[in-house]
Parts: sequence; structure tokens; C-alpha cells
Amino acid sequence: MVSTNPESIVLLEEVRKTYLMGGEEVHALAGVSLKVERGVFCAIMGPSGSGKSTMLNLLGCLDRPTSGRYTLAGQDIGTLNDDRLSELRLKYLGFVFQSFNLIPQLTVRENIELPLFYLGYEAAECAKLATELAGRVGLGNRVNHRPTELSGGQQQRVAVARALANDPQLILADEPTGNLDSATGKQVMELLVDLNAHGKTIVMVTHEPDIAAYAQRRIHMLDGVIDRVEENA
Amino acid sequence: MRQLRVMRNVHLGIKNLLLHKLRSLLTMLGMVFGVASVIAMLSIGEGASKDALEQIQKLGSTNIIISAQKPVEDQEISTTRSFMSVYGLLYDDEQRIREVFPAVEKTAPVKLVRKEGRLHERSLELRVVGTTPEWFELVHRRLVGGRPIVARDLDTHAPVVVLTEYGARRLLATEQTIGQLLRIGGDHFEVIGIVQSEEGGGAGIQLPDQEVDAYIPLNVARERYGDVTTRRTTGSQEREKVELHQLIVQVASNDEVESTSFGISAMLQRFHKKADYRVDVPLGLLRQAEATKRTFNIVLGSIAGISLLVGGIGIMNIMLANVTERTREIGVRRAIGAKRKQIVMQFLIETVVLSTVGGLLGIIVGVSIPFAVTLLSDMPTVIAPWSLILSVGISMTVGVLFGLYPAVRAANLDPIEALRHE
Repeated sequence: MVSTNPESIVLLEEVRKTYLMGGEEVHALAGVSLKVERGVFCAIMGPSGSGKSTMLNLLGCLDRPTSGRYTLAGQDIGTLNDDRLSELRLKYLGFVFQSFNLIPQLTVRENIELPLFYLGYEAAECAKLATELAGRVGLGNRVNHRPTELSGGQQQRVAVARALANDPQLILADEPTGNLDSATGKQVMELLVDLNAHGKTIVMVTHEPDIAAYAQRRIHMLDGVIDRVEENA
Repeated sequence: MRQLRVMRNVHLGIKNLLLHKLRSLLTMLGMVFGVASVIAMLSIGEGASKDALEQIQKLGSTNIIISAQKPVEDQEISTTRSFMSVYGLLYDDEQRIREVFPAVEKTAPVKLVRKEGRLHERSLELRVVGTTPEWFELVHRRLVGGRPIVARDLDTHAPVVVLTEYGARRLLATEQTIGQLLRIGGDHFEVIGIVQSEEGGGAGIQLPDQEVDAYIPLNVARERYGDVTTRRTTGSQEREKVELHQLIVQVASNDEVESTSFGISAMLQRFHKKADYRVDVPLGLLRQAEATKRTFNIVLGSIAGISLLVGGIGIMNIMLANVTERTREIGVRRAIGAKRKQIVMQFLIETVVLSTVGGLLGIIVGVSIPFAVTLLSDMPTVIAPWSLILSVGISMTVGVLFGLYPAVRAANLDPIEALRHE
């Protein structure tokens, strides 16, 4: 399934997300329109409660908009059921989380293999690709280690390798350096920049301006709407 | 591809099992006892039936065995001097049974005398069995050599004897057996045949034959030894008059065994004032075995049922804890693109692995229980291979039944919530 619109991978049109909290409606997203072209590295910024996490969940097809339309790689996700959304995530998306979220009882290689496993690859092929990816993030010699035996920076690099395993069209990163010190954070960011340079589209949520500075485009959110967009020259 | 996924999940399940060894072991205990009880139950039941069937085969399934029994009152007086107790079956009984019951096909009357058998310098205490050719048809034993007693032997009052293999070995050693003259008491008998013998009885009914038997024509036994036997003990002599010690009756089919045996009992009751006989029905052993089986089935079946239920609940409990513990993992898998049913399968397979390993341990325990039962109580047990397969099936079923709820719960977690879970 190739996108019919080659230049934009994400298209949000007047998207709203409303939650009911204690009988009161909360507008986490109050009408957001956004277009992310292929190959762009963009950061979503904003104070807590500004709707950036909701935005990321929506972009990640973990949630559906209350109203408005979200088109991912040419598909309107509002009409898809849970299984189809899972398929979409499996084929088009890669996630990098703040707290790495590696599965502790699996080895580095097995963690990286997960998307491949769900894609239905043969065991041998899974192992080969996963080892390759581990090498690409600089952990080729740690494939049989458990996540708990690795440093935070190493764990996050494994997570990036896992996010890359399905060769996604869009990588979603949620505060990827939030649990790392600045030196290792920098390494992870350089890895993401390198991926972007090789053509991957990345959307990252962060509240740190110096991390956001790695992105070409910074989208500032406030109270559920896009406040302003900054673009590197 | 599907197989690969199952294998991966099994692998993951085993990994998680080993991660919490003690917890897994404790969780499995219910399954272990449940499955062990199932196996013990089946093997004891199976053993009882098999034993009964073997016994019935030796006794003859269509046979009814009527034996003389010294009445209780006679046993008390018999110490008095020169008392003669008269009991047992009568020649007329055989006649009557044959005439009254149309279902009766054959009868073999038996007269027993204890005599010493002697050949050259060898001797053996024999149980001389005076009987008719029907004996050899109703008490099926393999003919080792020569021939059995035939009607002509009775017609000619021939002094002939058929020995058991054991008797032949003891008395005749390696010599040419058939045709030898054997001295029994004061008379000579020609050995005409050798049959195999079965020893013992076990579950309720004594086998009609013994290994020290020497079969001779009934009328010859009656002429030579009479109906009265005298046994001298210190200070007193015991005298008994018994016409027939045993009567083996064969009916046409299994269906007629029971009704005929009731009829015979009723008839004998009319003609015998004392309770000097007993009627045994080999087929009844099957009923006894079934009763034993039923008792064990109820007792062990309830234990098995309760254990499996408790075991299943224990497994469900642990799996629910597992799901909570691994909420984040579930969130990650869902975010990566796992479908709900794949999460269901993962946890279901993990539960089945847990319950099946429990079941396998149960089989080990379960196999040793019947072994111990046989060792301690002499009760026969048979472990049928299908009972092991059944046990594995039961444990897998328990795993699926009690694993379904935790697995569905895991799959229905909201991925966003699950990822946020601490």
C-alpha cells in the first residue's frame, strides 16, 4: 500500500479529541490541522496539558479522533477497526518511548525482533535482521544481553532499533531523551538525526528546547491547538 | 508461520515460567494433584476390571460354580467323638439342575479325596478329583500330552488318571509319562494325559483346579473311596459324608448366568436344610469389580475435580497477576502492532504451558500412586496409555478454560493506558 499523496504522510484536518472527566468535557485537542511531509523531522512542543501527548497517541493510531479527519499514508483512520489499526501500526509506524519500554524477559535481539515476529517473518530471518539493526545502533556485540544489563542510552538505542525493524514510514518519539543524561541524550538525538538524513520521517514530542532544536520544524501547542510553527531556514 | 508463532509463544511461556520458579511450582500444585488423582483413579479401576476379566476367563464366564461347604453348626460339634457330619452336594442335585433349568448346557460333578500318589520312590500328596469328561470342557486348560477322560472311561470304570503338569513333573520326572502306572492310595491308575493347571483365585472365587490335582472318572472314585472320609486327629476322629464337593454348571450364554444362578440357589435351598453349599458366579466378579471401580471413581473423581478446579483458579489468579505485572509489555506489543487475538493467544498459550507442565508433573506423581497401592494393598492396578493422554488433554483444557479470562483481559487493555502503567 503506497500512499497516494507522496509528499504528505500525515494529514490532520480540524481534528478534535474530547474526553469526559467527572462529567465535564475536556478538549484535549480543539481543532488541529497539520500536514507532515515525507522526510521531515518535526518536534511537537508545549507545556503539559497542551495536548501534545494526545496528539502523539492519535498520530500513532492508538486512538481515534472525536471529530475531524486523520489521514495516515493516504488512509483515513477514523473508519478503521482495532485490527486494521494494529496492522497500520505494524506496517507504517515505529515507536520510541521515554522509558524505553523494552520487554525485560527478552534479550536485545528478541526485543528488536518483535515487529518482525508480528509481521510473520521466519525465525532465521528475524534473527538476521535484528542482529543487523543492533549493529546499526552500535550494539552489535550486545544482542544476547537483557535490557537490564544495559545502560539507559543503550536501552534507548535498542528501542530505536526495534522501531526501525519494520522499516516504518513514520517514527514517533515521545520524549526520547527524557530519562537520559545530556551526553547519552545527545547520542540518541544524533542517531535520530542520522535516520532522518537517510529519509525517515520523524515526529517527536519534547518540552526541552535544546532537544527540539535538532528538528527542522517545531510545532508549539497550547491548550489543545497549534500555537505557532517554527521552521529552520 | 502459524506454527512458528505458537512455538515462539510456548518458548516465551516456558521462559516466564522459569522466571518465577517457586511461584510457577506452587501454582501448578493443584494441577499436579488433580491429574495424579485422575491417573490413580483410572488405573485402580482399570486394574480391578482387568483382574476380574482374567479371573473370569480362567473360571469360565458362562460357568456357575457350586461348592460344598461345611455348615457352621457341624464345625462346632465335629470335635466330639465319632460324629459324622453329612453335608455337601448330592448326586441328585446334579440331576435336578440338569432337568429343571433349560439354560443349563453341561454340568461337571466333582468328588474330592486327599490321597498320596506314589510312583517308584517318588510321592506327592494329591487332590484326587473324581469327575466326568465335562470337567475338561468347563475348566478350560491346555492339554499338554495324552488325552483327557472320556465317556468310555466311565462306561468301563477304567482306572485311569489325568495329571497336571506340576504333578507329572513331581512324580514322573523325565520318564515317559503317558502310560505309567501311578499308585493312588491302594490302587493303580494308568496315566493317560497331562493338563496345565491354574493356581489361586484371588478376587473372591477359588479356581476349581489346583496343581496337585489328579483327575479320575467319577464312578471309579466313588467305588474306590466311597462317600465317607475319615480323618484321625489326636484323640478323636473326624468323619464326613459328602457326595459331591463341587458342581460346575455351564449355561448357554452370559445373559442366562444370573437368572440360572438365582434359580439354582432357590432350588438348593429347598432341598438342603443346612447352608452346606455356596454358589459362585464368575460373571459376578465383573459386577464386584465395577462396584470397586465406582467407589474409587467417586472418591478420586471428586478429589480430581476439586483439585483441578482449585488448580485452575490458582492458575487464573497467577495469570491475572501476570497480566497486571506485564501491563506495559502488553501496551508495547499493542503499539508495535500486535492484534488483540495475538495477545489472547500469547497469554492463553502461556497458561496452557503452565497447566500442561503441571499435568506432566501430575503424571509422574499419578503413576507412582498406583504403584504404591499395588505394593501396599495387593490391589491390582493398570496404567492405561490412554489415561496419560487423557491427563494431558485435561490439563490443556483446564489451561484454556482458566486462561481465557486473563488473556482476554490482557487483550482488552487500552494500549495508551497500558503504556502509561507503572
